[in-house]
Amino acid sequence: MTAAEAGLFLTNLLAAGVARGTPILLATLGEIVTERSGVLNLGLEGLMLVGAMSAFGVAHVTGSAALGVLAGTAAGGLLAALHALVTVALRADQVVSGLALAFLGGGLAAVLGAPLVEVRQAVDTLPVVAIPGLSDLPLLGPVLFAQNVMVYLALALVPLVAAFLRYTRAGLHLLAVGEHPAAADSLGVRVGRVRAVAVVVGGLFAGLAGASLSLAVTPGWVDGMTAGQGWIAVALVIFARWDPWRAALGAGLFGVLRRLPLDLQGQDGLAFFQDPGVGFFLNMLPYLATVAVLVAGSRQAVRRRLGAPAALGQPFERGRR
Amino acid sequence: MVASPAAPAVRLRGIVKRFPGVVACDGADLDVLPGEVHALLGENGAGKSTLMNVLAGLYRPDSGEVALGGAPVRLRSPRDAIRRGLGMVHQHFMLVPTLTVAENLALGLEGQGALLHRAALEIAVERLGRDVGLPVDPTARVWQLSVGEQQRVEILKVLHRGARVLLLDEPTAVLAPPEAAQLFDALRRLAAEGRSIVLITHKLDEVAAVADRATVLRRGRTVAAGLAVASTSSEQLSEHMIGRPMGRRLARSAGTPGEAVLEVRGLEVLGDRGALAVRGVDLVVRAGEIYGLAGVSGNGQRELVEALAGLRRPAAGHVRLDGVERTGSPVAEVRAAGLVHVPEDRQAVGVAPRLSVAENLALGGVPAGGWWVSPARLLADASTRAAASGIELPAPATVAGTLSGGNLQRVILARELAASPRLIVAAQPTRGLDVGATEAVHRLLLDQRARGAAVLLVSEDLEELLCLADRVGVLFGGRLVGELAAPELDAGRLGRWMTGAS
Amino acid sequence: MTWPRVVFEPRLVPSPWARRLQPPLALVLGLALGAVVLAVAGLSPLAAYAQMATGAFGSFYALSDTAVKATPILLTALAALVTFRVGLWNIGGEGQLLLGAWAATGVALHVLPPSTPAVLFLPALLVAGALAGALWAGGCGWLRARLGVSEIISTLLLTYVAAQWNAFFVFGPWSEGGFPLTPRFPEAAWLPRLSDAAATWPALSGLTLHLGLALALAAAAFVWVLYERTRWGFRLRVEGDNPRAAVYAGLPLARDLVLVMLLSGALAGLAGAAEVSGVVHRLQDRFSPGYGFSGVIVAWLARLDPWLAVPVAFLFGGLLVGGKEVQPAGIPAMLQGLVLLAIAGTQVLVRVRVRVAWREP
Repeated sequence: MTAAEAGLFLTNLLAAGVARGTPILLATLGEIVTERSGVLNLGLEGLMLVGAMSAFGVAHVTGSAALGVLAGTAAGGLLAALHALVTVALRADQVVSGLALAFLGGGLAAVLGAPLVEVRQAVDTLPVVAIPGLSDLPLLGPVLFAQNVMVYLALALVPLVAAFLRYTRAGLHLLAVGEHPAAADSLGVRVGRVRAVAVVVGGLFAGLAGASLSLAVTPGWVDGMTAGQGWIAVALVIFARWDPWRAALGAGLFGVLRRLPLDLQGQDGLAFFQDPGVGFFLNMLPYLATVAVLVAGSRQAVRRRLGAPAALGQPFERGRR
Repeated sequence: MVASPAAPAVRLRGIVKRFPGVVACDGADLDVLPGEVHALLGENGAGKSTLMNVLAGLYRPDSGEVALGGAPVRLRSPRDAIRRGLGMVHQHFMLVPTLTVAENLALGLEGQGALLHRAALEIAVERLGRDVGLPVDPTARVWQLSVGEQQRVEILKVLHRGARVLLLDEPTAVLAPPEAAQLFDALRRLAAEGRSIVLITHKLDEVAAVADRATVLRRGRTVAAGLAVASTSSEQLSEHMIGRPMGRRLARSAGTPGEAVLEVRGLEVLGDRGALAVRGVDLVVRAGEIYGLAGVSGNGQRELVEALAGLRRPAAGHVRLDGVERTGSPVAEVRAAGLVHVPEDRQAVGVAPRLSVAENLALGGVPAGGWWVSPARLLADASTRAAASGIELPAPATVAGTLSGGNLQRVILARELAASPRLIVAAQPTRGLDVGATEAVHRLLLDQRARGAAVLLVSEDLEELLCLADRVGVLFGGRLVGELAAPELDAGRLGRWMTGAS
Repeated sequence: MTWPRVVFEPRLVPSPWARRLQPPLALVLGLALGAVVLAVAGLSPLAAYAQMATGAFGSFYALSDTAVKATPILLTALAALVTFRVGLWNIGGEGQLLLGAWAATGVALHVLPPSTPAVLFLPALLVAGALAGALWAGGCGWLRARLGVSEIISTLLLTYVAAQWNAFFVFGPWSEGGFPLTPRFPEAAWLPRLSDAAATWPALSGLTLHLGLALALAAAAFVWVLYERTRWGFRLRVEGDNPRAAVYAGLPLARDLVLVMLLSGALAGLAGAAEVSGVVHRLQDRFSPGYGFSGVIVAWLARLDPWLAVPVAFLFGGLLVGGKEVQPAGIPAMLQGLVLLAIAGTQVLVRVRVRVAWREP
């Protein structure tokens, strides 16, 4: 392979990786908001599936991708509201409820989305927009500036979420509720309300992630099309140490990892990768890498004891010490 | 001190508050005048904290009336209480550790707009601290502050919201005597400005030091209201608190200490944040002796106890039990060597709450006898242990999570003492217990001492140590800064060592 | 003007009758919510449910089919509940099941000669399955005990890895004729089934219920005895109730967590081995419709009680069998999710007393 070919390979890989990493990034951002408020939502996989199915379905019926995106986002938020109801209002176990959501979302998407699988005619998908001037830059151009609108949206949301957490009053309340809900409560912050909103916002992000999957990345609707990305997002939150910027980095890396097998198989010079058997092992990479990331993250965490919101996973009840 | 014709700043009448299994307040009354420091007295469990939490808007009373400045009010939430000028400084601080002082003060403020104005807030906080005489660094993160500084932040928090009535729940529990004096100065200054201060405490010497009037609660009821402190003696106050004349101290024989059971040399232990919490401690506890470790919580006691019990590896130094090197040995090993640990945080780490008393008695493992463990066998083992330790226990089938503090401690002690241990490490064993339970624990410890066990008693309560210990060492800043033997025990010297003065 | 307010009063002791009422209540609630979704999707809920019920329980053949489906579900439910009782969440039973199936297939086709007698063959492949599952789960347990890595995520991610692993073999080296399945096992490696005895008892012809069910029931008994009557089980109960107290008491918590995960993986691996040996006698791509996940839900619905898990596993087995009779295909998955959500939602009844109070605004 020549240097030029290698450069092209790398550029294509990174560009496609960023695009593929967008759904994960969106889901991770949403989960960061949720978990910073002290609630664990393991149902991202189900929320993304419901979002993907709704977005595709509505885009198909109305002919508008924008409406599809709205529908997908709303679907994620609605389903997450169930989680909020059960874990915040009823103070049930967050792990059980989150898993229920994962199964439920998957099942719902399969049941309600069954007629969509046969859809063959073109659905209005989200456009790729090349930013004039910037998209001509070597390497950075195609990777960051000639992407789908969803990529731009996701990348814009990263600083927005970070700014929200650091510079707004609501963000401060969110952080307080996740670290020491009793303290926040004693000062009049409505812990239940903040958490419920955080959960729904997380769901909106997950729904948006699903929409980007079925309307931008793939596009189309297939039962189970998230293939574990929801779970990877949950792990990424830990890797990112609940910080939006690190989440962006991690999501990009994972997008590249998911894309890598396809690109390697497409290269004529690398016959090894065209063996279908090797393909299966390459498919394992993202999942194994996530576990590796958790291991690496855990060592740091164990050493530094920083990271997780202190009240994560514990229901809050006033009057209980 | 202010003359009384003004309407009371706070009036509580007939407050009743129930929780599952217990009536915390059973018709309590309280009158607080403007510009006074009013002490709310009572033993642990008398209902003082609950009553204050009602006033702070955290609990809604099941019945009773609350009136502020003469007008009846219904406090629906903490926000409500804050709006009406009530500010509570909790015993367990309500501060978010990872946020800064200024950020903590900003929480929950109303009408301030969506964006945080950090710089302005930090300036305001610094000025407030200087004005009141309780300075703090507004940019410091709370977890970096000392306990005394954190308490200042709590007070500034309520003042920042314009509190006219301050409620302080056992504020000196975490302070050494000179820091407490500094606090009282600040309180008197605030009272002179016309604010009312309600001070919850069970320490009679504090009442004499700072309060104008006192109200005594017992078992959720007011048994004496608005007593003028200047004209009431401590004996009268404590009689109100416990309902009978003060008992005599437990008789304690001279004791004959034997060989050294526990030898600690140059022990260094890291704390949770990576800094040394125990900085080179040497001590020896002999058989048949009670060694009291005094000091305000947070000076390395927890880490020291954990290192001895096998829960935390020391960074340096040696620990020997009966002459055998046990530094860094895990829990199971030190237990097998005859060390038992009565933990400080009973509820969290001393008991399996959903299991029964019988099962909890076997927590460390069912005694030898095959792998078959039936409920009948557990019951039999439980009776054996109860008999061996000589402690009166609740019914074996009782679910452990429902036990009162005193009963829970009995179960824990029965469990630990049944095996005739060589060394008993007891951390704050009487914290939160009523007088009867406390006496029982003291008697047990003295019995063990008579039996020839070595006892390391870690306690914040100097009274308790003066009563029980043969020798007392003071832990300050991770070092043993002073040690006295029984005949020379002197609260004044020990108190000074506790603050770092030599 | 007074208006009602719902008040939650925490109970001192969990209410025993609420505990017993919760599973059936969650079930009914889940079915009711499912009916709503079906109606929204344009189907008749009653017709769908009726069809499912007859499909699952309406005849001996149906019951046998249900029992066949219930077998791996019961085993994976036991696998899940042994970990839940210690405070671990092994959600990856599906992956451990897949790997157990792989190991059993390996033994059946590539390790032992076809002439091996059944009395050796069957235990060998069952043990291989259990070992493979144990290692798959045990690795996650070790990561959790030593490094604090969340076992929820690790076991779940390894499920996807296991699927790719099996796919590699089934599409590649072990494939028969290029199809995504392996050759049939030698007959000595088939778990005996009721229809084997059809020559003597003609009534049994066509019934595919296999020995795996007996193994699953034995496993349920084993788990019960382990937790309720053995010394190790007692230790596990303490560790599950308050891990910190267990550490303070000197119990080897980390080691026990790994051992429990090994046991859990073994049960799930056994499910996989029994499934490939007893049902189709070969390894196929995607042969499991999510038994491992159903097992997790059964474990919760059965309140982590191994005996209660038996009838509940049958119920869910019936759900899968009946679900084949109705379109669209996602109904069992959706109902399972709804039941799980209902379980979470009704948990509150056990811990709190709900009152409606009339209050001043």
